[in-house]
Amino acid sequence: MAYIIQGDTGDWEVVIGLEVHAQVISKAKLFSGAATDFGAEPNSQVSFVDAGFPGMLPVINEVCVAQAVKTGLGLKAKINLTSVFARKNYFYADLPQGYQISQYDLPIVGEGELILDLPDGSTRTVGIERLHLEQDAGKSIHDMHPSKSFIDLNRSGVALMEIVSKPDLRSPEEAGLYLAKLRSILRYLGTCDGNMQEGSMRCDANVSVRPVGSTELRTRCEIKNVNSIRFVQQAIEYEARRHIDVYEGGGTIDQETRLFDSAKGETRSMRSKEHAHDYRYFPDPDLLPLVIDRAMVEAIKAQLPELPDEKKARFMADYGLNAYDAGVLVAEKASAEFFETVARGRDAKAACNWVMGDFFAALNASGRTIEDPPVSAADLGALIDLIKDGTLSGRLAKDVFALMVETGKAPAVLVEEKGLRQVTDTGAIEAAVDAVIKANPDKVQQVRDGKTTLLGWFVGQVMKATQGKANPAMVNEMLSRKVLG
Amino acid sequence: MTTLLNLSLAEARDALAKGEFTAVELTTAHIKAIEARRDLNAFIVETPDLALDAAKASDQRRKAGPAGAMDGLPIGIKDLFCTEGVQTTAASHILEGFKPPYESTVSARLKAAGAVSLGKLNLDEFAMGSSNKTSYFGAAINPWKKASDPAARLVPGGSSGGSAAAVAARMVMAATGTDTGGSIRQPAAFCGITGIKPTYGRCSRWGIVAFASSLDQAGPMARTVRDCAIMLGSMAGHDPKDSTSVNMAVPDFEKALSGDIRGLKIGIPKEYRPVGLSEEVAKVWDQGIEWLKAAGATPVEITLPHTKYALPTYYIIAPAECSSNLARYDGLRFGLRVPGKTLDEMYRKTRAAGFGSEVRRRILIGTYVLSAGYYDAYYAKAQKVRRLIAEDFRKAFETVDVILTPTAPTPAFGLDENTDDPVTMWLNDVFTIPTSLAGLPGLSLPAGLSADGLPLGLQLIGRPFDEETVFRVAGVMESAANFTAKPEGV
Repeated sequence: MAYIIQGDTGDWEVVIGLEVHAQVISKAKLFSGAATDFGAEPNSQVSFVDAGFPGMLPVINEVCVAQAVKTGLGLKAKINLTSVFARKNYFYADLPQGYQISQYDLPIVGEGELILDLPDGSTRTVGIERLHLEQDAGKSIHDMHPSKSFIDLNRSGVALMEIVSKPDLRSPEEAGLYLAKLRSILRYLGTCDGNMQEGSMRCDANVSVRPVGSTELRTRCEIKNVNSIRFVQQAIEYEARRHIDVYEGGGTIDQETRLFDSAKGETRSMRSKEHAHDYRYFPDPDLLPLVIDRAMVEAIKAQLPELPDEKKARFMADYGLNAYDAGVLVAEKASAEFFETVARGRDAKAACNWVMGDFFAALNASGRTIEDPPVSAADLGALIDLIKDGTLSGRLAKDVFALMVETGKAPAVLVEEKGLRQVTDTGAIEAAVDAVIKANPDKVQQVRDGKTTLLGWFVGQVMKATQGKANPAMVNEMLSRKVLG
Repeated sequence: MTTLLNLSLAEARDALAKGEFTAVELTTAHIKAIEARRDLNAFIVETPDLALDAAKASDQRRKAGPAGAMDGLPIGIKDLFCTEGVQTTAASHILEGFKPPYESTVSARLKAAGAVSLGKLNLDEFAMGSSNKTSYFGAAINPWKKASDPAARLVPGGSSGGSAAAVAARMVMAATGTDTGGSIRQPAAFCGITGIKPTYGRCSRWGIVAFASSLDQAGPMARTVRDCAIMLGSMAGHDPKDSTSVNMAVPDFEKALSGDIRGLKIGIPKEYRPVGLSEEVAKVWDQGIEWLKAAGATPVEITLPHTKYALPTYYIIAPAECSSNLARYDGLRFGLRVPGKTLDEMYRKTRAAGFGSEVRRRILIGTYVLSAGYYDAYYAKAQKVRRLIAEDFRKAFETVDVILTPTAPTPAFGLDENTDDPVTMWLNDVFTIPTSLAGLPGLSLPAGLSADGLPLGLQLIGRPFDEETVFRVAGVMESAANFTAKPEGV
């Protein structure tokens, strides 16, 4: 599994830490009552606080605090009952106050952990360094006018959680798994919608390399604002290779901030350490230290939903699923719920196979979502019931499923309409078997002479004669008895 | 008309209640007084029409039912308070023309209590100064004159210089001020009026142009202790829009004026009598101690050992906060914009043209003390010293009920004095700054005249949120001082 990059001088490994900015799900902004809906008319969701007008003061939104605590608990992290908001000072046109209210020395959430589900079914724990609350900036739009920039302050002041991992990730693949798992947890908690396309989850990657076997942490570069998991992986891959090439060429890596160009698949320097901002952090005198009541933390803890890791463990224990299947099913809360609805009172293995197989294939092909599936969980369950009670053979069931996707009808209705009911009438099957035996005496002889694989051919002929409706088990049994005697 | 101008808020309030005159008459008299004293440059914006409308509305209210605590009383608003639809500049070019679409909590409360605003009063730019000379709109002038040189124009103090000058010159009955390091108390002392900086958190800062957020506090400036008590009652109170405003009931401050201070212990800090303290200031201080003693209080010598560090501490913390608070004046959304070819050039040109030299100085100092590598040596250390200063007061208040000190080391100085060295100017606030750093209430009242005929103020400092004891002692001292002198032309 180890991700080793071969260089001219030897083998290298990559050391990655991720900083994720997750937009908090809340109706109002972190320090103002303005709305946070995505896609609103530019500058239509801006209060005087968000626009940095004179004399305006921030007031903390308790919902955002609760969401951060909830996220912290979901990451099994330490909740700091006292935390401090600090001002991060810099000038930019989309930062109306001239500072971002963030947290610096004392974040609301301390160390936690996140468990990666590796494709081979094993897991790996990655450390969370901290989570803090901060304001988002507005948006600068540079492509609407040849010489002017436009500013949209709708996002200005929206609450973000900056979730910082420890430098524990060792491959682009792990970085991708980390982001997917973090998104899964945030969505389970309902604290961030995890939508990277809309920018409600953004990622900065800190990347460095070292020779395999070394434990040093070399100079890292920060790649800013990468907006998809795939791009994060590409950026890391590119950046790691770049570092190795520099080291092997006798050079040194400078600590700097870089941007990922997704069109070219490469990173380039944004600003060097010498040009790094001096943010002049200091505690925001407009806000008192944020003090959280332990009872509030306990109340949030008591209402935490079952999270992916616990759900996965339960699926393995209660349904006998393997780690991989369980991991796939719990990644989205809605998929897990879908599976559980199908499995309830039925054979869990069969439910898992149907959901993971035909259902997911149909879901992908249809372009629909698990919340609006092409086949409902109840209908899929009913289909499995029809197999169990012998109405449908496995083969017929696949045909019925395809019709369900096509028509949206319940399986029992389709069975009736299309006359797809399995034939279990011994007489009818026997007649078909006899007809086939009679018509192929040479092949019967071959089977009797030991070529038993030909039996399959006989089964096919009988099924063909019954338009696939004959119960395959009965056909098999009858053929063996009649041909082999 | 002159009689109307010499009334206290309390007297006018009672006379309005009795129907002796109307709010319109009272307001008209003050509008004329303002027109007559434009030489003092106390106002940045006069709003006579709005004032008359408000006065008419007040008279109608009074006819219809019970009047508010300040109904029909004409006041001025320091131009640091945002006033809806009325230009608010903080005396800075960078905000010239800015008409806020909102009203500060404090001015809104005063208006809700029925007060009539006559306009916006001059101040030092962004409240940074002790002379009102840093105003972009020109210095406000003190109505008092030196006996030895009546032609010399004197500063009213700062930063609430326009407020103090207007109250002293009877242009307004009272005015709002704000105090960060002495900006209510020092001009009150220079102009022979009374002003109180309440406990930090007593009044909402919402809608007040910020200078140094952890120090800024609004307060009343008026001609009597009772008037300050009345007005503070209409300004104070919890505001959910200001996280640092305190959720405590506002007492009836006027009721605190019992006239009885027997048994109170009055702290006299030895550190406030430095070598070189002017003899006349020392004398009026001693006189104050005698008055309180005569009224049955006991003076107790106390020590506030960290006093000497207060000024440097303040001149780290206040500029640090100001450097960040003033970042929003960038030419983008309101106020002055000087175009540039790039964003950075626009910032540079706008801020260079928009800010005066004192504001620029403090932004530079503040930026420096917060910079990487200097933060611990300056800002973090200043915060530690600030806690020690607050601790000095806390210990002192274990044994005393109120502390008496001079308000300022000198009486008002000439417009052309103290111009060479900014630090000399900063020394004006040496007696008021420790109180600000500790967040305590401090009141200045006129206690006598200098040999040259200028008012001298004394400061009373109280426990946190114990403005009542401060008012009680101030009331007694006011009676004893019987300060009846008036500036020229009043």
